[in-house]
Amino acid sequence: MKIQSNSEYCLGCGLCRIYCAAAHDGYNGSVIRAFKKGTPQARAGLIEHQQQSWINTCRHCQDAPCINACITGALQKNNEGIVFIDGQRCVGCLTCVMVCPFGHIQPSLDFSRAVKCDLCRDLAEAPVCVSHCPNGALRLIEEV
Amino acid sequence: MLRREGDIRIPSGCAIAAIMNRKGERFNGQQILASIAAMHQRSNGLGGGFAAYGIYPEYRDYFALHIFYDDDGARQICERYLQHHFRIKHQEPVPVRQSRRIAGAPLIWRYFARPREDKFYREHIGEEEFVARVVMTINADLRGAFVASSGKNMAAFKGVGYPEDIGEYYRIEEYQAYIWTAHGRFPTNTPGWWGGAHPFTLLDWSVVHNGEISSYSTNRRFLEMYGYKISLQTDTEVIAYAFDFLMRRQGLCLNDVVDVVASPFWSQLEEEKQARLRRKYSGLLLNGPFSIIVATNNGLVALNDRIKLRPLVAALQDEFLYVASEEAAIRVVAQRLDRVWSPGGGEPIVGLLHDKKGLLDVAPSAIQAAQSA
Amino acid sequence: MSLSMLTPAFTVERNQDRCIGCGVCVKQCGNSVHHKDEDGFMWVIDKNCVGCHRCAVLCPTQALAIKEFPAALRPNSYWSTSSLREIYAQAETGGVLLTGMGNPRPFRSYFDHLLLNASQVTNPSIDPLREPMELGTYLGSQVSSLGEREKPLLKLDMPIMFSAMSYGAVSLNVQKSLARAAREKGTFWNTGEGGLHSDLQEYAASTIVQVASGRFGVNPDYLNQAAAVEIKIGQGAKPGIGGHLPGEKVSADVARTRMIPAWSDAISPAPHHDVYSIEDLAQLIETLKVATNFEKPISVKVAAVHNISAIASGMVRAGADIVAIDGFRGATGAAPMRIRDNIGIPIEIAIAQVDQRMRDEGIRDQASLVAAGGIRNSADVVKILALGADAVYIGTAALIALGCHLCHTCFTGRCNWGIATTEAQLSKRLNPELGAVRAANLLQAWEHEIKEMMGGMGINAVDSLRGNRLMLKGIGLEQHELDLLGITAAGY
Repeated sequence: MKIQSNSEYCLGCGLCRIYCAAAHDGYNGSVIRAFKKGTPQARAGLIEHQQQSWINTCRHCQDAPCINACITGALQKNNEGIVFIDGQRCVGCLTCVMVCPFGHIQPSLDFSRAVKCDLCRDLAEAPVCVSHCPNGALRLIEEV
Repeated sequence: MLRREGDIRIPSGCAIAAIMNRKGERFNGQQILASIAAMHQRSNGLGGGFAAYGIYPEYRDYFALHIFYDDDGARQICERYLQHHFRIKHQEPVPVRQSRRIAGAPLIWRYFARPREDKFYREHIGEEEFVARVVMTINADLRGAFVASSGKNMAAFKGVGYPEDIGEYYRIEEYQAYIWTAHGRFPTNTPGWWGGAHPFTLLDWSVVHNGEISSYSTNRRFLEMYGYKISLQTDTEVIAYAFDFLMRRQGLCLNDVVDVVASPFWSQLEEEKQARLRRKYSGLLLNGPFSIIVATNNGLVALNDRIKLRPLVAALQDEFLYVASEEAAIRVVAQRLDRVWSPGGGEPIVGLLHDKKGLLDVAPSAIQAAQSA
Repeated sequence: MSLSMLTPAFTVERNQDRCIGCGVCVKQCGNSVHHKDEDGFMWVIDKNCVGCHRCAVLCPTQALAIKEFPAALRPNSYWSTSSLREIYAQAETGGVLLTGMGNPRPFRSYFDHLLLNASQVTNPSIDPLREPMELGTYLGSQVSSLGEREKPLLKLDMPIMFSAMSYGAVSLNVQKSLARAAREKGTFWNTGEGGLHSDLQEYAASTIVQVASGRFGVNPDYLNQAAAVEIKIGQGAKPGIGGHLPGEKVSADVARTRMIPAWSDAISPAPHHDVYSIEDLAQLIETLKVATNFEKPISVKVAAVHNISAIASGMVRAGADIVAIDGFRGATGAAPMRIRDNIGIPIEIAIAQVDQRMRDEGIRDQASLVAAGGIRNSADVVKILALGADAVYIGTAALIALGCHLCHTCFTGRCNWGIATTEAQLSKRLNPELGAVRAANLLQAWEHEIKEMMGGMGINAVDSLRGNRLMLKGIGLEQHELDLLGITAAGY
């Protein structure tokens, strides 16, 4: 599974990143709390080039270099194919940040750990970037 | 003030019944009287009536006009109008038996007449079309006069009261007919007007009807486009005209007429012709609950709406065909039956005299139109 | 001129407790209302706001409220605020006031004075969840006898079609959305006068193509691949007025579809210059029938004007298979405001009169009647069918389903919802996949509601709703209005 971004319909509005940030780090989806009281960090990046834009997010690779490189086994793949970081195990070595071929994994704002897209695996519904995209430019697709 | 039927639309529930001898052997009105009386509870004393076919063999070539008059003045005006358009062979008051249970009866006269040839030749129409137009003009425009029936060798006997009382009033046991239809009415309103009772007729057509046609206004406005003057605001009138239009004027056969008025659903149409009929005559689809018995000199057809929202039972015994709203109304006059069944929605029960192929002996031009179709 | 006397029409209120400074509003506003400085300071220019609500809808914290600018002029029930604003604008520009969409003035809506019937006791209502309920209908001319060959008909699964909206007036994504929805729901969309884009040819069987006074995009293939051809004589928003698509909207793609040079003005003359009279219309209809080998129904669309019943009758006699009438609430991409707001008559009265006139003349079967212009919901559909229409066109309602917020500024070409624009960055805002779902959802919702209302009346086929005026009663109407509509008052 991964998020597919269709630049034909991506408006570059950035709502995906806003809702992403609010969905993680314990903000429980409250955009106002995340941005007014917290230190929100979106997992996905938005790339804009010549009036085109698209989201840069984790491919959830089948043979993921980040998992192979992780020194503590914090990076794992669950049985749905989602590559995620076990926060209890991550020691913030950032090896994964260096090996990710797509530049997706980022250090947390305080550099204490790595953060990445987990396809909102804790939520029952679709990833928030998909469900909040105003123009249907993001889709969750099955293939890798 | 209560408005009269024709000024306002009055929905009714009803009982209907018919008995027919398919050999054309005539029998008197006692059986049909017993049959309709068995469904006393389905009517409320505000309308009843009978149609009888084969009762005037001595005048079989004359149009038998049964006319209600509010008063003698209306009769004189109407008779002048009739004299102008018809040669009247014989005229007389319809014999009645006075009864405590029947009140407010109009003057009831019958005329055996033929149209004056010069009148209808001038208009390039056939004599039936001519008679139909005269009848509609009287009903719509001559205040105080109403044509209760206008066919040949048939009549409608109807009025305000329970059907068994109406039958007694008209002395229907004294008439011999091979088709009898009957109606007991349960209007939701008390117009108390004899013209509004069933059967409703035009030429040889008679219709008894139980139900309320929710497509009334659509059907009415369709027929008005073809010159029908709708004066009663009852569904029954519209049904009679629809059959007249489709069979007499458009030359359709009975099966096609059934496919128009109780068309199968689009998804259940079996042949292209049915779809074609529905497309062309969609304004005559009768929608809403009904069971009807339409009779002519050749026979009768009984029909339910296409999703069968009204009761209708049929039975056969030798040459007799029985139709009624309830099986009890058949059992009360014929204990031993060869077959009893309840037809499905839109599934017609057809009773024809043995030597007849259709309900109408249509004019040659109409047959040609139908054949080329 | 230095100072504009126009105060803003709207004011944008930003709730600072909610605003997170994300800048979505800045990116989304095509009218330069919202601004964000490098230091994060956010500010607005109210006068640029057209009230389209794009920013308010997309704001992730609902921090924005668009309000009418409080122009507390001295109360005057004759010289309204808008009359003053219109004069200020004209004094500044010296120009005709332009506007978009339909007539917003507070004329009586007859739809809102009609009540529907339902069955109680004397006949049973029908439950559409348990019993079949037929909304399918055919549009076209019925021949007088079954012996004749049937004329071409348009089969609709429901009596609702999408109105003509041309590529150029609306974005291609609007047309893609409507075309997909029409195909999915078994109905039709209409190209308008701008030709049929090559991307939409796969939907040709669900397409009614228009032939208008500019003849844009008309060629034999265009006519023959469509389900039906519609001659556009006029439209409800601007009867008697042609069209003018300014050159800057005529992109290479629009130009190719319209078969005109790119970046040139696309002008539709006010009349068809080959139709100056009814007999000319007969010739044009015949020409199109010949061009399509008598295989397509020919529709003629006119605006509802004062003598509409005579006009419609003439159109039927001229050979039109479908008569489409656009009432005075009908919308447009651009029209002079005075024209839009003062010309034409209500569609309810037009349909009632035309239907009756065609019946009086015995020609109602010779053509179908399509009502357009201001159909807002399924009850309006039921009411107009009961007055006598065979089907309806919906335009404004369809655009609202796609996101239109009726800001009435389509003519600027800067539609923030990606609807009334051909600019690539704006039109991409309407993803046709989502648009098709929304448009189809609207049809489906109305379909359900119509079935419920019909079932209540005890009717299970739309054939029996058409012209069934007994199902309508008027409320709060004068006798002459009831007479015009051919109905009686509630309680009568």
